[in-house]
Amino acid sequence: MANLYEKYVWEVPVRVTHWVNVICIALLSCTGLLIGNPKLFTLSTSDYLMGWIRFVHFVAAYTFTVSVVSRLYWSLIGNRYASWREFLPFSSAEGRRGMLDTLRYYTFISRKAPHVVGHNSLAGTAYFVVFLLYLTMIVTGFTLYSEHAPLGATHKLFGWLMVIFTNQGLRLTHHLTMWFLIAFAIHHVYSAWLMDVKEKGGVMSSIFSGYKAVRKEG
Amino acid sequence: MGDSTRETSTGAVEHVFSVSELLEEKGVSRRDFMKFCTTLSAALALPAGFAPRIAQALDEVKRPTLVWLEFQDCAGDTEALLRAANPTVAELILDILSVDYHETVMAAAGFQAEEALAKVVREQKGKYIAIVEGSIPMKDAGVYCCIAGRSAVDIAREVCGNALATVAVGTCASYGGLPAARPNPTGAVGVSQAVPGAKVVNLPGCPLNADNLTATVVHYLVFNKLPATDALGRPLFAYGKRIHDNCERRAHFDAGQYVESWGDPAHAKGHCLYKMGCKGPETYHNCPTQKFNEKTSWPVASGHGCCGCSQPQFWDTMTPIYHRLPNVPGFGIESSADKIGMGIAAGTAVAFGAHGVVSAFRKGDSGEGAKEDR
Repeated sequence: MANLYEKYVWEVPVRVTHWVNVICIALLSCTGLLIGNPKLFTLSTSDYLMGWIRFVHFVAAYTFTVSVVSRLYWSLIGNRYASWREFLPFSSAEGRRGMLDTLRYYTFISRKAPHVVGHNSLAGTAYFVVFLLYLTMIVTGFTLYSEHAPLGATHKLFGWLMVIFTNQGLRLTHHLTMWFLIAFAIHHVYSAWLMDVKEKGGVMSSIFSGYKAVRKEG
Repeated sequence: MGDSTRETSTGAVEHVFSVSELLEEKGVSRRDFMKFCTTLSAALALPAGFAPRIAQALDEVKRPTLVWLEFQDCAGDTEALLRAANPTVAELILDILSVDYHETVMAAAGFQAEEALAKVVREQKGKYIAIVEGSIPMKDAGVYCCIAGRSAVDIAREVCGNALATVAVGTCASYGGLPAARPNPTGAVGVSQAVPGAKVVNLPGCPLNADNLTATVVHYLVFNKLPATDALGRPLFAYGKRIHDNCERRAHFDAGQYVESWGDPAHAKGHCLYKMGCKGPETYHNCPTQKFNEKTSWPVASGHGCCGCSQPQFWDTMTPIYHRLPNVPGFGIESSADKIGMGIAAGTAVAFGAHGVVSAFRKGDSGEGAKEDR
């Protein structure tokens, strides 16, 4: 275990947006499920339970959007592990080789766990897909939200989507994408645990501290 | 009768009325007439002070001729106008204004009737108002709807193209409506699509609310221009607000009180119909405020959710009528998005759980900390 040292990998904006996203997705999923299929036991008409649930959903949605946009901006100016290049490994031959190696490890064909400081190639690709899901959620969400003000700026910006995909189509997409993100979250926590155990780089704690245990080459 | 006719220089017969006199003959008092004008100013979202101006306009302004065309329709909008419980002032006003051609109600038939229409188009070019009910089939040169040997699209292009303005009444005339529902066998479209370039105001609804038609015509008579419309060509005074936002059951929605099944205690108490598939949150119409049949009721008040009938292609885009979400395409009828979603989530958990078990018992994986990249 020689040559191990602590390397600063995840900068503050990366960690902050990560945890903001976690909280927002949890809040948005819980409130979203209740908005889609309310199971409330309100006794009085003077209550405002659904009103508050929707309020939380909309505030979390704005917070999530700001977080995602900030992270996209940081992918342009952050360090190499935060860079947008990390999320497009399939654009280079080396990245494609990395994807194949990681896939071979995950499917028990190879015993060599990927040794990378940032995201492994397969993870980077997964996050690229997740960012597309985020954008799908943000766009469909704000399109549906804009229905309350048909002359507003948001409706002018997104209203054309209603015409192409129809209101019900957008609703269904918004709903199904939530389940895809929940499925991703399950996979994400598991993979991080697996890599923490196998890679021994402290990846689990790195998303709190920013540091990973890295071994110097040679 | 209180009207007189005189020949104009062009030879056209022009009607000169005094509406208030006429109404009095029909048993409508001046007071009722003023009440009607006040109601109309409210429908148009104008201050009450406009009521006298509306009365004056109806009394004095020379009213344009109306022709009412019916194509692929059920005459439901005509019914909505004519079948009120009592003859309303609105009905009488439209009766007086109109109507040189209306297939359902006119006395003339055959060549006589068609000649009346041709005469309006010929002699009052650019001065009459065309009202269209029903969609216009475009497929196969429009053969699926022919009147007096001419296709609907042919008639519409001539009559609406030469009109001062066209009012499309009902969802069919506005956006194709039921005949345009998938797979749209006749290629049905609304007037504005069939007659590009015509000045069209859409008054969708199934049927339209006759009050909105009266208000649109009166708006023209008072201001000499058509009302402001939204992106779908609908007047903002009637379609500018969402049903959900003016709904009498909205408090139950915000509180969280929902009907779970037809006839349950919540339904009896008049709770929100959101879970029964009500499309009020997606539909723009003044049903909650204007209501139907002299403000007697409207669908949600009678315990049935809104089905979004004033939205384009509602038969395809607002279905299923009694559920919030459509079914996921490619899965069985009983599969909802949530069931499939939970399957995806559970499947993921099981798959990775199994992977974890295998990984935990697997020895000899290499990995001693991430390696610094070269």
